[in-house]
Amino acid sequence: MIQFFHILFAITFAPLLIGVINKTKALFAGRRGPPLLQTYFDILKLLRKGAVYSETTTALFKLGPIVGLAVTVVALAVLPFASSKPLLTFQGDILLLAYLLGLARFFTVIAALDTGSSLEGMGASREVQFSTIAEVALLIGLAALARKCGSASLFDIFSAISGQAWQQSGALLGLVGATLLIVYLTENARIPIDDPNTHLELTMIHEVMVLDHSGPDLAMISYASALKLWIFGTLLINLLVPIHGLRFLPAHVVFLIGMIGLAVIVGVIESCMARLKLLQVPDLLLGAVGLSTLAFFISAR
Amino acid sequence: MSLLIASLIVLLLTGAAALFTNSRPSMANRIGPFGCVLGGAMGIVPTIMVFFGSPALSFKANWNIPYGNFFIELDALTALFLLIIFFFSILLAFYGSGYLKPYLKTRSIGTSWFFFNILIVSMALVVLARNAMLFLIAWEIMALSSFFLVTFEDEKESVRRAGWIYLVATHIGTALLLLLFIYLGKEDGAMDFDRFKVPVGMANMLFILAVLGFGSKAGFMPLHVWLPEAHPAAPSHVSALMSGVMIKTGIYGFLRIVTMLGGPPQWWGIVLIIIGVTSGIGGILFALAQHDSKRLLALSSVENIGIIALGIGLGLLGQSLNSPVMTFAGYGGALLHVLNHAVFKGLLFLGAGVVFSATGTREIDELGGLMKRMPAVGTTFLIGATAISGLPPLNGFVSEFLIYLSAFSGLTSWNAAAVPALITILGLALIGGLASACFAKIFGVMFLGTRRQKYDSTHEHPVGFMMKLPMYVLAALCVAGGILGPWMMKSMESALAVLTKLPMQTIGDYVSTPLLYVAGVNITLLAVIGLLAILRKRLLRTKTIGTAVTWDCGYAYPTSRMQYTASSFTQPLCGSFQFFLRTKNHHHEASGTAVFATETRDWFLDGIFKRMFLWFDHRLSFFRRIQHGRIQLYILYIVITLLALVLWKMRLP
Repeated sequence: MIQFFHILFAITFAPLLIGVINKTKALFAGRRGPPLLQTYFDILKLLRKGAVYSETTTALFKLGPIVGLAVTVVALAVLPFASSKPLLTFQGDILLLAYLLGLARFFTVIAALDTGSSLEGMGASREVQFSTIAEVALLIGLAALARKCGSASLFDIFSAISGQAWQQSGALLGLVGATLLIVYLTENARIPIDDPNTHLELTMIHEVMVLDHSGPDLAMISYASALKLWIFGTLLINLLVPIHGLRFLPAHVVFLIGMIGLAVIVGVIESCMARLKLLQVPDLLLGAVGLSTLAFFISAR
Repeated sequence: MSLLIASLIVLLLTGAAALFTNSRPSMANRIGPFGCVLGGAMGIVPTIMVFFGSPALSFKANWNIPYGNFFIELDALTALFLLIIFFFSILLAFYGSGYLKPYLKTRSIGTSWFFFNILIVSMALVVLARNAMLFLIAWEIMALSSFFLVTFEDEKESVRRAGWIYLVATHIGTALLLLLFIYLGKEDGAMDFDRFKVPVGMANMLFILAVLGFGSKAGFMPLHVWLPEAHPAAPSHVSALMSGVMIKTGIYGFLRIVTMLGGPPQWWGIVLIIIGVTSGIGGILFALAQHDSKRLLALSSVENIGIIALGIGLGLLGQSLNSPVMTFAGYGGALLHVLNHAVFKGLLFLGAGVVFSATGTREIDELGGLMKRMPAVGTTFLIGATAISGLPPLNGFVSEFLIYLSAFSGLTSWNAAAVPALITILGLALIGGLASACFAKIFGVMFLGTRRQKYDSTHEHPVGFMMKLPMYVLAALCVAGGILGPWMMKSMESALAVLTKLPMQTIGDYVSTPLLYVAGVNITLLAVIGLLAILRKRLLRTKTIGTAVTWDCGYAYPTSRMQYTASSFTQPLCGSFQFFLRTKNHHHEASGTAVFATETRDWFLDGIFKRMFLWFDHRLSFFRRIQHGRIQLYILYIVITLLALVLWKMRLP
């Protein structure tokens, strides 16, 4: 029962993170910014609306957002957080998580190509390029953790990470943390890889792929990206803020504070940095592959 | 056993009957497929029984060929491969009879079915044979019959070239196998598999011979060069058979021989892992750069053979490290991928064939918007594309998951396995990403958006239900394979026992529990997708739904040619791998319109093999003087040879 609570917890608080990021950015820019709960309002508004479809599109265009949301919700079931067991934990759940998100991406790309728009084709083309490299970095990073902790299950791995583990093999965990941060920023289309706010379609990656979606479809997409932010954030927070021995409620509060802190950091990064030139993004991602490979070799010592 | 032999005879007889009714093509186009269905159905019964654990069957008859014995055996490992062969014999018979219909007047259909049936019989004999002579003869017939099937449209220069490359490649492989079998048989002077003995200290060399000999059939890179030439040239049902089934006989042969060579040293596993990563990444990169649908699919077979090799490599490594978990998950993943790849690659080739029948082109950059014209074909193709990208909830994910699991169990418990496991994980992750890019591309460009180029409707043929039925079956299997993972692994128990010589209980539920969870997640995922679809429908029920054009940035005259194409979609990714792909850009202006095209040739073929053969050709041209076309002198050669042999024999005591 408690495991279902985790999923509800994530579903409830995930859109808040986007609000935190935007608020941080507004504060940096000296604006008041949208309310913290704006993402919730947007999703509710979109759910009440009708929709407009391009005559080029087929049923797959409508399937894309559904698969995206379904996958992120199901992925929550294997995700441990606040040091408690997820609904499902087994050897190799790492891979299931990575490949589920791969499925969401595949269908987003298919839905984008379904419009026949050159802009969305462009976004799809960039998405597959960047995410291919990011996925390699993610899996090698997780492999390094698996080697260190002696298990291929997320729960076992994160249970083994503690303050003591950080003292013993800080370099390894730090390198994996850096990798996960880059993957987090890439997969969630944040600066410096992608800019969620730009209105120049030519420079966008993720946002341009969903240009033609509207109404409930768009609501599902927004929700799915909030959950995706939550999922990758969870991996990072579990690694960086190992919570052990706390009781149920304090653990969850600490965890949520960690997630909000991460969102603030993202807001700070977005306020202080410009996005990279598109041609430099693969270099950054290959850098992440390099970091995680290094971490693996430290673990393989 | 008698049912199995009878099924082979049925296949042979109907093949011959198809050949004799060549002058009445519509008759031949019924007899041939009928034989495939009947023979396949008869053969599949004992195969399934043995596969699910009933004892192995064998049959031995004397044969007056030196060292030859008609010795066949159906054990669980053979049954797995035979199951695929007979199953595809049935399915492709339906498809083939539809596909060949437009050619009834112009081509010799009977001959085509004759060779098709022969190919199925020879493949079945390859996996059944337990005598080296029988094996090699079947192997050779398999090569030749598929050669004749590839050269179906022999008036095309490209087809003849493809056939020629295939013929050369397969015979180099056979030559190495001949050597392998001679070494194995010479200790005991017998060519039966059960009397094979490994000469002392020769195991390593025999392993290399097996890798090269069987690898050239399976398509290990760089021995893959014939695959992207031969598979696209053949009619689609033949491509599906060759790519989905025939190349797996190479995997079968390799596994069969490796079990005879004794306990593997660690480096055998590592060699296979390196081959797997190279074939996997290289294959999918070349596939990514293609815009001929069938060529792309053929190259992706190289990728999937790479994945299978990774599994076998981990299995071998597990055996040498004495880690049953690695062994079972590795071999299990490999065998399951053999099965899965046959299913989705078959499906995709059939889909590409249907599109070719319906539009008359294999160039995907000319296509687009087919989802509207043929939604059923499009949906099955999408299922195949998702499955081959190794994504959940379909079957491709399950087999890749097992291979990953083997790698993860290796790296968490063995120092010696850490680096090979890292290579595997890196390789599989990259292959997975590239494969989903590649198949999003082929599906997106062919079926989505709008038609990119006007086409010549004279090449269109109607696509009948007979051609679609096998695709539905295969698509359903892709979905079933994702859900039935744990059961599939369980059912391979006897086949795995042949390879590992261990019962599956040794690993407890280390492998079966994760598979069960994966299956559960897959079912849940499908259910959640269904729920959300219903929810979405309910939300929109009372709302206004508008239609408009795709958002075009306010540009008033969007045309279908502005869409992304196969080449532009993959340009960023291919650009990153230009050092490997060596894509050439062609652009020229002709009568006011500029034309741009990319071409990615297989530099293994042009750069390595062509040069090698030219070198041989140059060095060996001296011997051409012997071959001059005068029959009298040829007879003289024979007499001299015979005389020399007689003298040599007399010299010996």
